Amino acid sequence: MNTLSLILRQVVNGLQSGSIYALVALGYSMVYGIIMLLNFAHGDIIMVGAYAAWFCLCGFAGNPILAIIAAIFVCVLLGVSIEKVAYAPLRQSPRLSLLITAIGVSYLLENLAQLVFGAGAKSMPSFMPTSTISIGSIDVSWTAIITLIVTAISMAALTLLVKKSKMGKAMRAVSEDTGAAQLMGINVNRTISFTFALGSALAGIASVLYCAAYPQATPTMGSMLGLKAFVAAVLGGIGSIPGAMVGGLAIGLAEAMVSAVGLSVWKDGIVFAILIVVLLVKPTGIMGHEIQEKV
Amino acid sequence: MDKIKKPLPMLLRYAINLAIFAVFLFGVNALITGGSVPNYYTKVIVLCGINIILAVSLNVATGYLGQLPLGHAGFMAVGAYASALFLRAVPNLPEFVAFPLGIILGGIVSGIFGILIGIPALRLKGDYLAIITLGFGEIIRVVLLNIDSVLGFNFTYGAASLKNIPKYTSFFNCFLCVGIVCFLIHTLMKSKHGRAILAVRENEIAADSVGINLTYYKALGFTVSAIFAGVAGALYASYLGILNPSSFGFMKSIEILVMVVLGGMGSMVGSIVSATVLTAVPELVLRAFSDYRMIAYSLLLIVVMIFKPSGLMGQYDFSLTGLIDKARMGKLFRKGKGKKEKAGDK
Repeated sequence: MNTLSLILRQVVNGLQSGSIYALVALGYSMVYGIIMLLNFAHGDIIMVGAYAAWFCLCGFAGNPILAIIAAIFVCVLLGVSIEKVAYAPLRQSPRLSLLITAIGVSYLLENLAQLVFGAGAKSMPSFMPTSTISIGSIDVSWTAIITLIVTAISMAALTLLVKKSKMGKAMRAVSEDTGAAQLMGINVNRTISFTFALGSALAGIASVLYCAAYPQATPTMGSMLGLKAFVAAVLGGIGSIPGAMVGGLAIGLAEAMVSAVGLSVWKDGIVFAILIVVLLVKPTGIMGHEIQEKV
Repeated sequence: MDKIKKPLPMLLRYAINLAIFAVFLFGVNALITGGSVPNYYTKVIVLCGINIILAVSLNVATGYLGQLPLGHAGFMAVGAYASALFLRAVPNLPEFVAFPLGIILGGIVSGIFGILIGIPALRLKGDYLAIITLGFGEIIRVVLLNIDSVLGFNFTYGAASLKNIPKYTSFFNCFLCVGIVCFLIHTLMKSKHGRAILAVRENEIAADSVGINLTYYKALGFTVSAIFAGVAGALYASYLGILNPSSFGFMKSIEILVMVVLGGMGSMVGSIVSATVLTAVPELVLRAFSDYRMIAYSLLLIVVMIFKPSGLMGQYDFSLTGLIDKARMGKLFRKGKGKKEKAGDK
C-alpha cells in the first residue's frame, strides 16, 4: 500500500472520529454559550446513551434505528433533568459552584453506571453493515460513511433550527444577553432547557455512532470522549456552533495523524497539548469572540 | 468582665500552638511506636496526613486565590516521581538526610512545574484555567506512562510501576510535614502577600486598580499550591513504595477537590477536617459499602453546592489562641462557638 492511500485511510478514520467529537462538542459549546457552564456531565450523558443503545440492541434484535431513538430519548430526558435538578437552583450562584456541581453530576453518573452495569465492558452487538466500499484506491467502511452522513444531516438540521426557528432565535438572544432577552419576553428557563435537550439529543446520536466505531460500553467511556470533545469545542471557539464542528473534525484528524506516524500512545497527550497551545495563542479559539468583562 | 483587654502576645500564641502540636505529635507517635495502635490504623492515619497536605495546598489555589485548578494530582505525581527517583538513586544516604532532601526536591520540582504552567495559564480566566490545568494533569500522566519508550531506557517504568522506593514515611515525619505545611500556609496568608492573594479572589479588577500585581500574586498562590502538592506526592511515594501513573488521573484531582469544597473553600480547618473524615470514614467504616462510596461523594458534592455553596465551614478559620483570648475576656459564649479541632496548628 502506498503512502497516499495510507494517508487517505487515516483521513477517513479521522473524519469518522472527528464527526463524533464534533457532535459532542456542539453540546458543550451550546450550553457554554447560553449559561457559561462547562457541562462536565456531557460526556457521561453519552455513556448513558451508549448503555441505552446497548440495552435496545440486545433486546430488540439489533434494530439500529430503534437504538438511535432510544439513545436520543434517554439522553434528552437525562440532560433536561440534570439541568432542572442540579443546575437550575444554582443560576444565581458563582460560576465556580456551578462548575463543581457539574463535576459532581459527572462523577455520580459514572459511579451509578458502574453500580448498575458493573465495571466491565458490555460488548455491543454489531448493528451496522460490516462491508466496505472501494473509493479510488482505498476501502472505506460503511460505518464511516454512515457516520459522516448522519453527522452532516444532524449539523444541517441544527444550523437550520438555530438560524431559522423561533426557539433558535430565543437561544441566540439568551446567549447574547440573558437579562435583555428576559425583558423582551423570552422564557429564559425554557430556552435553557431546550438548549440542554438539543445538546443531549446530539450526544445521543454521537453515542450510537461511537458504539458503531468502538463496539462496547463502559462506565468511564464518556469521560475521555467528553474531555476530547471539550478540547474540540475550545479549539473551535467555545460558544460557537460552526466552531465546534470545525474543532471536532480537526481533533479527529490530528488524532488519526498521530496514530498514523506510530505514536498512538501519545494520542491523549497530543490532544491536550493542542488545547494548551490554543489557549495560550488564541484563547477564544478559531471562531470565538472576545468577551470583554464589565465592571 | 472587661478587665483584660489586651489579646495574647504573638510569641505566646505561637508557643501555645507549638506546644499543643508537639504534644499531639509525640503523644500519638508514642502510642504508635508503643504498639498500642494496630498497624492498619497507623496506615490510615498517615494517609489522612498526606490527604490533609493535598487538601490544604489545593485550598490555597481554590479557596484563597479563587481559581479552580483541576490538575492537582499532576503536581502530586511530579513531586512523587521526583522524590522517588531521587531516593532510588541514593540508597546509601541515611534516611534522615535522604528523606527530607527527597521531600524538598519533590516540592521544588513540582513548584517549577507550577511556575511553568501557572504563568501562562493564569493569564486566562476561570474556566479556561480549569481546563488548562486539567490538560496539564492528563499530559503528565501520559508522559509518565510513555516516556520510557521515547528515552529508550527505563526511567519511570510506565505502566509497570516504579518499584522499590524506600518506605520512609511514618506517622511522625508525615505529620511533622503536615504541621510545617499548615504553618507556612497560615503565615503566608496572614502576611501582606496573603492579603493580596485574597484581594485577587474577591475582585480582580478592584485588586488591579489598587496596584496589586495580578499575574504575580496568581502565580505565587498557584506555585505555593503546587509545591505543597509535590511534598504530599513525595510522602505518598515513600508511603506506598510503588508508583503507578494511573493513580494520578483526573479522578484523583477531583477527589482532592471534593475535600476542599466540602470543607469550605478558604477554610484551612475545613480542609483538614474534611480530608481526615473523607479519608478515614471510607477506610474504617464504609469498607463494606465501598461500591456506594463514590456515589455518596458525588451526591454530597451536588447537595452541598446547591444548599451551602460555601462548603461546610465556609471561610471560617479556627484559632485556638483566639478562643483563649475570648475566654479570658469573657466573650466566649456571646457568639457561636467554633468546633474543637485537634491538630491545633492554627
